[in-house]
Amino acid sequence: MSLMLERDVDTLGTPPGGANTRLRIIDCDIHPYLRTPRDLDQFLSARWRQHLAEYGKGTRGIYAARGTYPRFMPNTCRRDAWPAAGGLPGSDVDFIRAQHLDANDVEFGVLEPLLEGNSPRNVELQAALCSAFNDWQVTHFTDLEPRLRASILVPQDDAEAAVAEIEKRAADPRFAQIQLSSRTPEPLGRKRYWPIFAAAERAKLPIGLHVGGPSAAAPSASGWPSFYVEEHQVLSHSMPTQAASLILEGVFDRNPDLKIILIEGGFAWVPTLGWRLDANVAKMRSEVPNLKLRPSDYLRRNLWYATQPIEEPEYPQHLRTVFDWIGWDRIVYSSDYPHWDYDDPRLAIKIAMSEAERRAIFRNNAAQIYRFN
Amino acid sequence: MRRYVVAPVAEIPPGTRKVFTVGGRPIGIFNLDGVFYGLLNRCPHQGGSLCDGLITGLAVGDRPGEFRMIRKGEMVRCPWHGWEFDIRTGQSWCEPAKVRARAYPTEIASGAEVVKGPYVAETVPVTVDEQYVVVEF
Amino acid sequence: MSRYPGAIDCDIHPTVPGIGVLLPYMDDYWQEAFLSRGIDGLEMASYPPGAPISCRADWRPAKGRPAADSATIARQSLDVMGTALAICNPLTGGQVAVSESMGAAVCRAVNDWITKEFLDKDPRFRASIIVPPQSPELAVEEIERRASDRRFVQVMIPVAVEMMLGRRYYWPLFAACEKHGLPLGLHAGSLHRYPTTSNGWSSHYIQDYVSHSQTFEEQLLSLIHEGAFVKFPGLRVVLIESGVSWLPGFIWRAIKTWRGVRAEVPYVKRSPAEIVREHVRLTAQPFDAPDAEAVTRIVEMIDSDEMLLFATDYPHWQFEGDRAVPDGLSAPFLAKMLIDNPIATYPRLKENPT
Repeated sequence: MSLMLERDVDTLGTPPGGANTRLRIIDCDIHPYLRTPRDLDQFLSARWRQHLAEYGKGTRGIYAARGTYPRFMPNTCRRDAWPAAGGLPGSDVDFIRAQHLDANDVEFGVLEPLLEGNSPRNVELQAALCSAFNDWQVTHFTDLEPRLRASILVPQDDAEAAVAEIEKRAADPRFAQIQLSSRTPEPLGRKRYWPIFAAAERAKLPIGLHVGGPSAAAPSASGWPSFYVEEHQVLSHSMPTQAASLILEGVFDRNPDLKIILIEGGFAWVPTLGWRLDANVAKMRSEVPNLKLRPSDYLRRNLWYATQPIEEPEYPQHLRTVFDWIGWDRIVYSSDYPHWDYDDPRLAIKIAMSEAERRAIFRNNAAQIYRFN
Repeated sequence: MRRYVVAPVAEIPPGTRKVFTVGGRPIGIFNLDGVFYGLLNRCPHQGGSLCDGLITGLAVGDRPGEFRMIRKGEMVRCPWHGWEFDIRTGQSWCEPAKVRARAYPTEIASGAEVVKGPYVAETVPVTVDEQYVVVEF
Repeated sequence: MSRYPGAIDCDIHPTVPGIGVLLPYMDDYWQEAFLSRGIDGLEMASYPPGAPISCRADWRPAKGRPAADSATIARQSLDVMGTALAICNPLTGGQVAVSESMGAAVCRAVNDWITKEFLDKDPRFRASIIVPPQSPELAVEEIERRASDRRFVQVMIPVAVEMMLGRRYYWPLFAACEKHGLPLGLHAGSLHRYPTTSNGWSSHYIQDYVSHSQTFEEQLLSLIHEGAFVKFPGLRVVLIESGVSWLPGFIWRAIKTWRGVRAEVPYVKRSPAEIVREHVRLTAQPFDAPDAEAVTRIVEMIDSDEMLLFATDYPHWQFEGDRAVPDGLSAPFLAKMLIDNPIATYPRLKENPT
């Protein structure tokens, strides 16, 4: 008898379908990477191209040309996100379309470059790199795929230059937000950063505060973790630190309309931080006499929290409890595509949700924050 | 049960794997030293394409500072979150579930996919018939 | 009428009033050093003496330091609560000093002072052995010096030290704790060798204090993933004044990361959740939850009735009146927290040393 061969090579796999495919979602965290160094070099002057070739980025890391903590997957990415045509994950717009935007019905995705634009200690280089990355995003991503919106990267160490970059890009609708990093040489509430927040509020642009970046401090108040399995979690502690700093330093009193999304820092810490800050500010009001609201009020008014990496309670229903505590209007879906701890919109959030809840998380909350049109 | 002829044996050399759509389901066929194993290409964690992951060994150690690699080629790591699965049995290496004496009310609503542990990747029985890999389910 | 009769208070802070009370316990060299160099005022930066949290207003004396003698502590706390046993955790600058030897000398004097002025004066007092974390070797010497006095039930250091605690540098300290069956207590506080946050120095004391809970998490990750609990299976760690409500989120994330990255630390064969539930305990003051409903949920998430230990944190300002325990705990849970869990954690508490 003849044997029929039934097979289709299907290396991408078919994601499970579901009602979510009808909901056009907004993804607050997609990571673009350089397809080739030329794509960036075209936006850098000869001086900075040469500087980078000779001295590298000159960050605070321990290695000349790579980050301090080795990751667990090459380029920190999903192993199935490497484009068949070559290049890094997140560098091929067609592949991003097929594997993520189309497959998951993403209407808008916010690009969050994590390419060390703000890491050099040389602030002039920071400014040049950030500007170049901004040009690169719109030229090689947004112009080719309007669903992908860019972030305005800014040289955080130099507030004046950062403000100039914001003002240069603010009217360009291809940019959806300003990006800051969660690890910074000083806590972001400190006075040196205030002009950046004022400029963001003036421009009516939200700020995406993404995990990572160039701190001048050790990852912990007790030093340096040894392993990635520690550091991956410790890194997220920079988020509550920034939230507390922004609140206590009065950034949200001076800029009450400022909107900040905390991305990839987890969110289970949010209720605890609010409770702990509230209790201690109540006792030590004399240290922050001008604070207008309770700390937890700012957590609910000026801050939003991206879902990835989704918290995975031992009892799944506790995720709903955490969302209740934070506020369902505060939660915005993010994928972190193409990184390894990517959250699939269909299966990552392991609780049953009402249609209204799902729409809030996957679209409506983000639609309130960003200007996409 | 139906039998599906998937591919000629030569198409999946030892130490490799290939993913096929068989009877509408994505199945990864692994060749471990000439013996074939099948896994549903869907990680029980978040649905990632498990069978596209790294084929590797098992890292073990009995005390701090001891790092050994055994059972090379017998484990697959999900390409997304890196969960480790025994290719032969589909059993995840990290045991996520624990026995609790206390019961808590669980939220069950129609359509919800509640993932239970222990996590097991679904295995598919695989045989070889006249130099062809065959699966049955 | 006492509030929690028979309770075991796992965190009170007798306060050294000044170097003068320590000098009699020092040898000629150190007496001379402190006097001739005019060294005093060694309170840790983590607890400025005048900060509202350092002492509740009604416990603050008109002059001098609070909680400086056993009668005051008895009157203000032990008698009010009905405390059966209270563990003294004096916070001293000896533990943060940049000089190992000066730090060790101060720690030794503090332990002598605690013995004479508290342990000897009221049978309800027990104490942690205060050791210099700057030097595990000198810390072990101090442990060996005190261990035979069974009223010392724990070894205590600040949570933020000079490197991550799981590192081999600290293993001699864990060996000594395990050998003597003494839990290692990590108390909120910092040696300030690094900035108080991972983003550098904050502007506010409030942020420094609130940030401690993160350092507790980071030290747990270090202890787990460096294999300290594998190497020292008898080691038990108590987190003191860390808060409580941070714990579930920490456990969830630790499990999640380990499941994917386990191969980096193959000697960690059990889930971090299992390790924490077996080896780690927390004093429940402050709890950091706003109401009974939240407390109930947090306890549900912690999923253990063995981990929490009653504590007043006296004289730190954490509660009003005598309401040292938040609403929302069931009676059986509270009973374990008040008595059973402390006894299980500190086996020496069962002994009658007098």
